[in-house]
Amino acid sequence: MTIALETRNLEKSFGGLRVTRDLSLKVMQGARHALIGPNGAGKTTVINQLTGVLTPNSGRILLEGHDITGLSVHRRVLRGLSRTFQINQLYADLTPLETIGLAVSERMGRGGDWWRRMGTRDDVNAEIAEILSRFHLLDVMTELTSTLPYGKQRLLEIAVAIAAKPRVLLLDEPAAGVPESERHDILAAVAALPRDVTVLLIEHDMDLVFSFADRISVLVNGGLLTEGAPDDVARDAQVRAVYLGEAADA
Amino acid sequence: MTALSDVSTHAMAIARWRISEVAFWVLALACAFLFPSRYLIMTDIVRLGLFALSLDLILGYAGIVSLGHAAFFGVGAYSAGLLALHGIINEPVIALVAAGLVAAVLGFLTSFLVIRGVDLTRLMVTLGIALLLEALAERFSDITGGTDGLQGIEMQPILGLFAFDMFGRTGLFYSLVVLFILFLLARRVVHSPFGLSLRAIKNNPLRAAAIGVPVNRRLIAIYTLAAFYAGIAGALFTQTTALASLDVFSFERSADLMLVLVIGGTGYLYGGLIGAVVFKMLQELFQSITPQYWLFWIGLVLVVIVMVGRARIHRFVLFVPNLIIRQLAGRKAAVAVPESDAS
Repeated sequence: MTIALETRNLEKSFGGLRVTRDLSLKVMQGARHALIGPNGAGKTTVINQLTGVLTPNSGRILLEGHDITGLSVHRRVLRGLSRTFQINQLYADLTPLETIGLAVSERMGRGGDWWRRMGTRDDVNAEIAEILSRFHLLDVMTELTSTLPYGKQRLLEIAVAIAAKPRVLLLDEPAAGVPESERHDILAAVAALPRDVTVLLIEHDMDLVFSFADRISVLVNGGLLTEGAPDDVARDAQVRAVYLGEAADA
Repeated sequence: MTALSDVSTHAMAIARWRISEVAFWVLALACAFLFPSRYLIMTDIVRLGLFALSLDLILGYAGIVSLGHAAFFGVGAYSAGLLALHGIINEPVIALVAAGLVAAVLGFLTSFLVIRGVDLTRLMVTLGIALLLEALAERFSDITGGTDGLQGIEMQPILGLFAFDMFGRTGLFYSLVVLFILFLLARRVVHSPFGLSLRAIKNNPLRAAAIGVPVNRRLIAIYTLAAFYAGIAGALFTQTTALASLDVFSFERSADLMLVLVIGGTGYLYGGLIGAVVFKMLQELFQSITPQYWLFWIGLVLVVIVMVGRARIHRFVLFVPNLIIRQLAGRKAAVAVPESDAS
């Protein structure tokens, strides 16, 4: 099996605080890999380094064997590494149609077209229509994102990431804050992600992690505590002690 | 597939011309014919409208605030003046484009300073660049004429056909045509995928990068284009008045421009044009009532607009104009007052 995403001895400090400690992580091609850990374990810092928002102090990040440590955020996206955000980072004043349209245009390298009007390329339109219908957003595609129900916004969040046609997708707490009634759509959308897309899931929700992931890495204090198949991780005494404590009985 | 046709219909609907837009331009042209005694003020309004359109491109679409937009206006004005004065390019239209390009080059070079940092940094950097240029123009008075400005500019006929007349008739129609052409270009640009990516950047630069938008490159491009527009506005100023003096770089000119957009609103292209009309009318009105203290009244209007909020004023006082604006802008009438307008 090939490695889709890999970190080698990643280190990140903010002042005297070591937030990522010698982290070496391998995510296999096509895996459903979950990264879990208690609050403050440094999960978000890891994501930010993987996507290029933060630069690690040392260590390397490899995407499909290529070193991407020094690449800017948008170049990593064009290389096939896309993410969703924990707190919605959508465009409040844009519609789902425009949001997805932009993502598709950028991926096709047509985002800089300044002379062409939007909606005039059939290949772009077809893909927008396909994504909007797959994520049940066709009926609200002309409404401003800020007016959409929260569950729809979460769906759009995932849809935007998918529109970039990633080979590796980082899902940062996709179901966070979604009311119970709208949860099902999100979980279904996550479960229906194409198999050839490698997914790294960062999640608090243990039900989601254990139903979705085929491999789990546990992050504690910025370092890797243990890694393995879900059953092994659930049985691991160390993990139960530091993290699963209360959730293990459930 | 109905979803596909839906998508393309809705995507293209945003860029469709509205009746009220056509009415706006017909009205503008009608004014040019109806008030032959007011050519000069109308030319003034058209120039200010073009200048404000330039600022709207970066402020309303890309979210870049600037207190030094007069830098590009001034460079355009002096370029046009020097080209005509030394007979380098005699034909006004070619000289106009050349002056715009000079401003665009300056815009491109300074954009690297402006895209760094956030709002306050940008305000200071743009202000600083304009002040620098003003000082340079004063220092090199052998080229710019110093405080006296460029003297003795004589304009050749436009395209060799239309001579500038003393009533300003040619000047007005010339300015109006230039404004309309550049407006069409701006309209095309903001409704393109490029324009969409600018709005995404303004909404959320972090997320824009996360879907693959090269944020800095897009900001450099629009800043350069806006500088070109401002340069053209400055060149029009010199060509229609046969003047270019240090005040083209002045802080007041940049600040007035913010005021125009505060009045007219940003992010739908007509804000600068409507704002320019209202601003100049108010200026005329107040100057005729109290020639010395008209700034007091303009100041009062600004405070009222910012404190009461344009939304409320639109709803209660300017009910009819707001209807027109909403028609022009569609549902995306982004008329929020930029925070930096408190200046």
